[in-house]
Amino acid sequence: MLTPLHNGWFRQPEARHVLLTTVASDAHTWNLVYLELLLVELGREVTNLGPCVPVSTVVESCRRRPPALLVVSTVNGHGAADGLELVRSLYRDPATRAVPAVIGGKLGIGGAAGECRRDLLAAGYRAVYEDTDPETPYEFLARALDTAAGPAGHVRDSA
Amino acid sequence: MTRPSFAGRVEQARRSGELIVQPRMGFSDPALMRAGLLATKAARANTVGTITLDSYTRVRDFSSAARAVAAGRPLNGYPIIAHGVPTTRAMLDGVLDAGFPVQVRHGSAEAEEVVAALVACGLDATEGGPVSYCLPYGRVPLRTAVDSWRRSCRELADRCANPHLESFGGCMMGQLCPPGLLVALTVLEALFFRQNGVRDVSMSLAQQSNTRQDLLALAALRRLATERLGPPPGWHLVVYTYMGLFPRTAAGSRAVVRDAVHLASRAGATRLIVKSAVEASRIPSAAENVQALEHAGSVVPPPAAPADGDNEVYREARSLLEATLDLHDDIGEALVAAFAAGILDVPYCVHDDNAGRARSGVAPDGTIFWSDLGSLPLRGTADVRPRHTPTSAELLDALSLVRTRYDTAATGPEEAGLSTTP
Ligand code: B12
Repeated sequence: MLTPLHNGWFRQPEARHVLLTTVASDAHTWNLVYLELLLVELGREVTNLGPCVPVSTVVESCRRRPPALLVVSTVNGHGAADGLELVRSLYRDPATRAVPAVIGGKLGIGGAAGECRRDLLAAGYRAVYEDTDPETPYEFLARALDTAAGPAGHVRDSA
Repeated sequence: MTRPSFAGRVEQARRSGELIVQPRMGFSDPALMRAGLLATKAARANTVGTITLDSYTRVRDFSSAARAVAAGRPLNGYPIIAHGVPTTRAMLDGVLDAGFPVQVRHGSAEAEEVVAALVACGLDATEGGPVSYCLPYGRVPLRTAVDSWRRSCRELADRCANPHLESFGGCMMGQLCPPGLLVALTVLEALFFRQNGVRDVSMSLAQQSNTRQDLLALAALRRLATERLGPPPGWHLVVYTYMGLFPRTAAGSRAVVRDAVHLASRAGATRLIVKSAVEASRIPSAAENVQALEHAGSVVPPPAAPADGDNEVYREARSLLEATLDLHDDIGEALVAAFAAGILDVPYCVHDDNAGRARSGVAPDGTIFWSDLGSLPLRGTADVRPRHTPTSAELLDALSLVRTRYDTAATGPEEAGLSTTP
């Protein structure tokens, strides 16, 4: 269904649909295979874009079929930089500006998370997960899915 | 000046039965890279050097690598193309010599630029393969990688006197890959290198989760390699320290490395790629790498005791290799056709050109088995143990088997149930 927006049209997200991706330089896939299973167990329908996903592919996928949540997983150490570029491109585009996104994994080189977490949140991610966080990926994602369904009220209605 | 050759140094080690240890090391700053190589050279162990390239360079996003260099933002490896030839030549000046050759390890499905750059920098050895640097490393189509690796082999062969190329085929996805497939793939890639003009090659196997199975696999690899490439010189075997989820404790990490030295020595391998104690969390510093190399070098290796290799891993590997070679005289074409037909099929690999019908699992003792053959031509050859699709928790348990064992029983392999005596 298309909904008018002040500067364009955007598709209503499907409440169960989660888009899972990584950043353009990251080839690791076990994280994606694992998270896909986890999200399915959380009752979601998952589109897994696989390794080394160009920013344009992520944005295009969000346009074509806006997910209830975009999950970015990256472990190669470039996620802190590539994740910023990704979310900035996503939110520059009015058609995908409303897509809630979270990011997690091993985000920076050298395991340090503090600063990059702040930058990623400032750029628009709803939440950031570092490999070393005490929370489990399950808890983090369950919470992210809940809050994603919150502000954009229509997500729940269409379920 | 006689050009230092990686192949020459390693052949000398092979003849004398010496085990060379080598790091996985890469820093974006040329000064750090140089210091890391010099530290490797000075380490108390038989070492050769490694330059591991960053992920932007691997996927040919040279401009992102250049931007990071300009901004002084560290990368997960050395951006050989962004730095340019003069910088890298200067970085290597006084580092490279006949006793200390350096190999470039990268993970590029399309490798021409990287190969041209390393040759221009005075290097003659790298790692890769049309399958092993494609399927686990991104979304480049297999056909594109095959064409690119053909040209890359030609470039190496035309421009170096005695180039060396190592197949990464013994490490598909790092973990949970039945060894018959790993052995077949690394031999197929070595044959591909030879067919495309590179004579001196190495074939690999990653240490996995059961020492007995790893030893069978290395014996099988030696047998199949000898049959297909003829006896050495011209090739050697390389073992990778465990390539999956690594132990988190320092003691657990050291124990994995110790067992990798035992494995490589008993199987008569010539090189061992060593991992550091911070593998589970981050890229190691030069000092952490040197610690791991010296630890590996200090392990008293058991005597080489290569078995004849006529075992179940050999039979699986030979079936896969023969079914592939039957498809086409050109090995690149045969590889493309084999993956299209699911005759080769890597479990848990999500690449579009991988059939994804074959599945594997791991037994409590760490033995990796097929749970579904898909279209692999192994009916009657392989022992298949059907399993339901794992849940996320079951998958993570399987991936964490080695980590958990070594971390909980960091005192020794016997307690960890991973005895080095099969
Ligand atoms: C297997 C492996 C590979 C395989 C990957 C095969 C494949 N296609 O998947 C190969 C050999 C190809 C590979 C290549 C490289 N790798 Co690698 N790899 C590993 C290794 C050993 C295990 C990864 C794994 O299997 N994980 C299994 C999954 C299930 O766990 P996970 O990835 O840790 O994810 C968990 C959490 O992080 C979390 N999580 C992840 N994402 C998200 C997202 C959200 C939202 C949430 C909630 C949770 C979450 O969930 C998971 C379960 O807890 C790790 C080291 C380790 N961990 O022991 C290095 C490691 C990840 N690799 C690393 C690097 C740097 C590379 C290379 C650049 C080569 C190099 N310089 O060493 C290339 C990169 C290529 C590229 N273009 O990106 C570094 C990253 C360093 C950093 N971040 O600072 C590591 C940590 C090794 C190291 N110490 O240097 N690698």
